[in-house]
Amino acid sequence: MSALTVDELKEILRERAGEDEHTGLAGDISDAEFADLGYDSLAMFEVSSEIKKRYRVALPDDVIGELPTPRGLIDYVNQRLAR
Amino acid sequence: MTGVGVVAPNGVGTENYWAATLAGRTGIAPVTRFDAAYGLHFAGEVSDFDAASWVPGRLRAQTDRWTHFSFAAADLALRDAQVDLAQVDEYEMSVYSASSAAGAEFGQIELTNLWSGSPRDVSAYQSIAWFYAATTGQLSIRHGMRGPCGVVVSEQAGGIDVMACARRALGAGTRLALVGGTEAPMSPFGVVCLMAENRMSTITDPRMAFLPFDPEAGGAVPGEGGAFMVVESVESATHRGVHAYATVAGYAATFDPRPDRDRLPVRSGLRRAIELALEDAGCNPHDIDLVFADAAGLPRLDRLEAEALNQVFGKRAVAVTAPKTMTGRLFAGGAALDVATAALALRDQVVPPTVGLRRRSEDYPISLVAEAEHRPLRTVLVLARGHGGFNSALVLSGAHR
Repeated sequence: MSALTVDELKEILRERAGEDEHTGLAGDISDAEFADLGYDSLAMFEVSSEIKKRYRVALPDDVIGELPTPRGLIDYVNQRLAR
Repeated sequence: MTGVGVVAPNGVGTENYWAATLAGRTGIAPVTRFDAAYGLHFAGEVSDFDAASWVPGRLRAQTDRWTHFSFAAADLALRDAQVDLAQVDEYEMSVYSASSAAGAEFGQIELTNLWSGSPRDVSAYQSIAWFYAATTGQLSIRHGMRGPCGVVVSEQAGGIDVMACARRALGAGTRLALVGGTEAPMSPFGVVCLMAENRMSTITDPRMAFLPFDPEAGGAVPGEGGAFMVVESVESATHRGVHAYATVAGYAATFDPRPDRDRLPVRSGLRRAIELALEDAGCNPHDIDLVFADAAGLPRLDRLEAEALNQVFGKRAVAVTAPKTMTGRLFAGGAALDVATAALALRDQVVPPTVGLRRRSEDYPISLVAEAEHRPLRTVLVLARGHGGFNSALVLSGAHR
């Protein structure tokens, strides 16, 4: 199975949690915090649902809490996929 | 009342709506939103509403169209009242909205996801998008209004009931309140619920679709949209140097006794609501220059309303109008839109018309206004009845005294 990329994560965020016109997801967001990008716990719940659906990788609440940036989340998912 | 914002089937924006209403331009048309297979042929749809221009993307994903309408109407009201939110203490601002079907469309989509997919396919936002208080909550957060807030669910009567909530809050420390309601009933789920209660018109002739106070009335037509108002204390308005459209002078609400098997009222509490509201306003019936009727469009309900009006005011003794004949019944947005329209009538000293009137009927001896006309208006009565037995009455007095 192919790996999760930043672009795909952006697509998931847009699709499940929306994107603001002014702040948005343009550029390199890898090390930005989801909270600073405007994505709260409900938004992250949406993201974890979509990732579970696409990749069958679970992201329980306590794990999501430890992955505050896109880079952290993507690395976690791809490590699970590599197993 | 220092600001008004309207989103209506015959006009998005207060002045667009008002101009269309005075010209008798209806927003009721054949249903386009989906296949009207449930027997409903007409509705007051808002066809030119761009949610993206009122609601940022992140919030659009977590709110229903009903809340999008409220965002727009609230923004318009705040601009109209020239409120600088930074100048008012956050704990002295309140939000009160009426709610009825609330986020029915959002809920339908998520129910579809659940039953055709799995619980994982249900949006986490379902919990906050569908429920009745979503609009109040989102407006409170968006505008930083952290004083007492609330939501009233009394169907079409809600828009008047929230004015009473705001008045009470203004007397207890709130300086400024955002008050009103909107409705977005045009989803299959929303319409199915309405059709199940046999109060909506299934008539196919557009001229006969929504005819309140007509012996051949066959039900109402639903509409979407509504209105928000900025209401503030006299002190706050004076301090800010802004003009008021009107003052909330009196209010009352009653509840009907048990209905019959068709769930229509046998006896109506509407007369009592009118009398109590007049008493609250310190008014006599002859002080009322105009009545905005509830106008249910069902013979039994129309008869009860006409009786109540005649008992209080005398036969054909007061001018009555129902501009909702151009929008349909907007439920949580309905009474709010009537209150907004009453405020505009008081501002411009013009009575908005009731459209579609046919010959004068002896069944309903009330004086319906068929064309817009200038008239001295000092005090106006707005009536609304919510399905289930709610009766609400609001007395507004204008600046022209």
